[in-house]
Amino acid sequence: MSILINKNTRVMTQGITGKTGMFHTKTGKEYANGANCYVAGVNPKKPGESYEGIPIFGTVREAKEQTGANVSVIYVPPPFAAAAIDEAVEADLDLVICITEGIPVRDMIRTKYKMLGRRTRLIGPNCPGVITPDEIKIGIMPGHIHKKGPVGVVSRSGTLTYEAVGQLMEQGLGQSSCVGIGGDPVNGMKHLEVMRMFNDDPDTEAVIMVGEIGGSDEEDCARWIKENMRKPVVGFIAGLTAPPGKRMGHAGAIISGGKGTAAEKLAVMEECGIKITRNPAAMGKLLKSVLK
Amino acid sequence: MKIHEYQAKEVLRRFGVVTPRGIACFSVDEAVAAARTLGGKVWVVKAQIHAGGRGKGGGVKLARSLDEVKAYAGQILGMMLITHQTGPEGQKVRRLLVEEGADIKKELYVGMVVDRGTQRVCLMASSEGGMDIEEVAAHTPEKIHKVFVDPGTGLKDAEADDAARKIGIPEGSIAKARVALQGLYGAFDETDASLAEINPLILTGSGDVIALDAKFNFDDNALFRHPDIFAMRDLDEEDPFEVQASKFDLNYISLDGNIGCLVNGAGLAMATMDITKLYGGSPANFLDVGGSATAEKVTEAFKIMLNNPKVKAILVNIFGGIMKCDVIAQGIVTAARQVHMTVPLVVRLEGTNVDLGKKILADSGLPIISGNNMDDAASKVVKAALAVTGGKSAAKPKAKPAAVKAKPKKKVVAKKAKPKAKPKAKPKAKPKAKPKAKPKAKPKAKPKAKAAVKAKSKAKAKAKPKAKAKPARKSVAKRKAKPVKKSAKKRAARKAAAKGKRK
Repeated sequence: MSILINKNTRVMTQGITGKTGMFHTKTGKEYANGANCYVAGVNPKKPGESYEGIPIFGTVREAKEQTGANVSVIYVPPPFAAAAIDEAVEADLDLVICITEGIPVRDMIRTKYKMLGRRTRLIGPNCPGVITPDEIKIGIMPGHIHKKGPVGVVSRSGTLTYEAVGQLMEQGLGQSSCVGIGGDPVNGMKHLEVMRMFNDDPDTEAVIMVGEIGGSDEEDCARWIKENMRKPVVGFIAGLTAPPGKRMGHAGAIISGGKGTAAEKLAVMEECGIKITRNPAAMGKLLKSVLK
Repeated sequence: MKIHEYQAKEVLRRFGVVTPRGIACFSVDEAVAAARTLGGKVWVVKAQIHAGGRGKGGGVKLARSLDEVKAYAGQILGMMLITHQTGPEGQKVRRLLVEEGADIKKELYVGMVVDRGTQRVCLMASSEGGMDIEEVAAHTPEKIHKVFVDPGTGLKDAEADDAARKIGIPEGSIAKARVALQGLYGAFDETDASLAEINPLILTGSGDVIALDAKFNFDDNALFRHPDIFAMRDLDEEDPFEVQASKFDLNYISLDGNIGCLVNGAGLAMATMDITKLYGGSPANFLDVGGSATAEKVTEAFKIMLNNPKVKAILVNIFGGIMKCDVIAQGIVTAARQVHMTVPLVVRLEGTNVDLGKKILADSGLPIISGNNMDDAASKVVKAALAVTGGKSAAKPKAKPAAVKAKPKKKVVAKKAKPKAKPKAKPKAKPKAKPKAKPKAKPKAKPKAKAAVKAKSKAKAKAKPKAKAKPARKSVAKRKAKPVKKSAKKRAARKAAAKGKRK
């Protein structure tokens, strides 16, 4: 098993005709079971066309009805990306993974508001996507650095997730699923919701949780872990050396009002029984040490 | 993006919020003329810099005559205003706001931010006006009244009125407070603000509700749809390195250390800073070149880092995903040749096409130190930086110091024309990097890196705050003068200069 996506997932790409959408749809299709998974593309201006043998539809609903796609990945440019999420939500997809970086926060506030009471889950925006190694890859992560195994990875950052995966592989450890939840302040699933899924996933034996400065999602997740988690969790928070008030790349990575510091997050995580490291190069080894 | 108080008040007025009448000024004469135009007997002369805490730093004065307006304007304009947000060098004051005096009966606080927990805009209101809201939040959180605004309805009348009552607005002024609070929400929402504060919001003797001070930050990702807001950008208030980086779409933040970091991805960039510190080093910057860095971007990134005289070594940490290691390696090689690398360079590559990337670096013949993983790379770069700062500088140092010193002067003179620079943190001129290129323009010496660095830091140490401002300018100017895209840069400089002047 795995979480969120597996080899039976059927994916549509919104924004399939853009450069990024094309590139990553192709690599996704070439990864593991991707040829069966990637079944549709959406571009309102190019219905009836196709890319790499994948048919393109004018709307998400149509793509869903015609192909059975239940998950969408979005590479639409930032000014239009929130509307693309809205469309996928209205079509009642199971999951939307929005890769687009740079969506205005106001757009996301409105989109989240529209999602209230809807069944669709959202990962991202501004995230690398989700991969279930050796089954399916949806997003921009390099597939070849992964392999199937017992470790779940959840992270707010892209390349730092790859770093964690790379370190796991050095320890000979594969991954059940890796989820990049993204670096924006207003986004879809948080650490906690992903952690809950890892907890319920029989194939996940331990989890690496990678966070960064800003907000209190990691603390919320840590408190939930303390009460509920049946599997070991190791954690790292990026930004111990980040100055307050400066946005460190990600819109959500900012220490404001003295809140959201890495030190504070690490302290809460440690209190809640998470094994933490302050050395980003030690995530893999630390995980190995808790895997009995 | 941040804007000045007077600009923030302009925005608020568009949404119906009442502010004192005021006029932005760039000279003492303009300030006196403004006071005359405003009339009355009392004026407030306020320094306009982006940092907060201006009053405590001596940047806000109450004038009771035109002579006093003149005197205070003269004092404040051009001063290096030091507040808890400017850092020890302070920020040079280039603009003033002259306002009519206000009859303050009560000082209140209202502010708005995006609340991550509820994923909504949060109105914060407090009876403790004029104070640092973070202090209030820390010591008397019960005094902050919060409303999480429903994005479907906006701030409702009842919510606004309730908030107004909770912070002590009397019944007779509730309607006016509602206008102010809903205006604030309207402004926040419409302009894609990320933070808005009216501190203080005052109640006057006659029951009016007025925004006496205002602060707005905006979501950079939404500026594309607000050209009017973007036009308010003041490059003088921004870090020159960050401004330069933003032109190339690089995510760059200046820090105080001496190890330049070039990384792909924000999270990994922060982690790289962290591990550098863990090994006893100190990062000079945060720099995320993004997921699709080209050789050009990498080159610019190196230039920016090398322009910082504090930088004693550079650590490149790339985990190639979409970005292939061979591409980044090629970028590093191209950049290293072009900018004349003057400090040790440690490169750690991992991910897609890593072997090819390593081979390109090895074949380049450049003195690049290879890091096998983050631990290895971090420890090597810290050692390299130590070696540079330690006794090592023998040969070069001697020659340079003199040259270095000489330069500053010339440059200053030469460059005075360009307004642009931001005095702040980066006092240092851009010595190291471009030795070669400069020849024509400046016959003098091109400082070699290390020596230059030392000399400069000495110079800096000596210089008083004022002096600092100048060097910074030079640096900017120089940067512009660089080899490659000279003309483009000059154009940019001119544009920036134009912007810097009042419009």
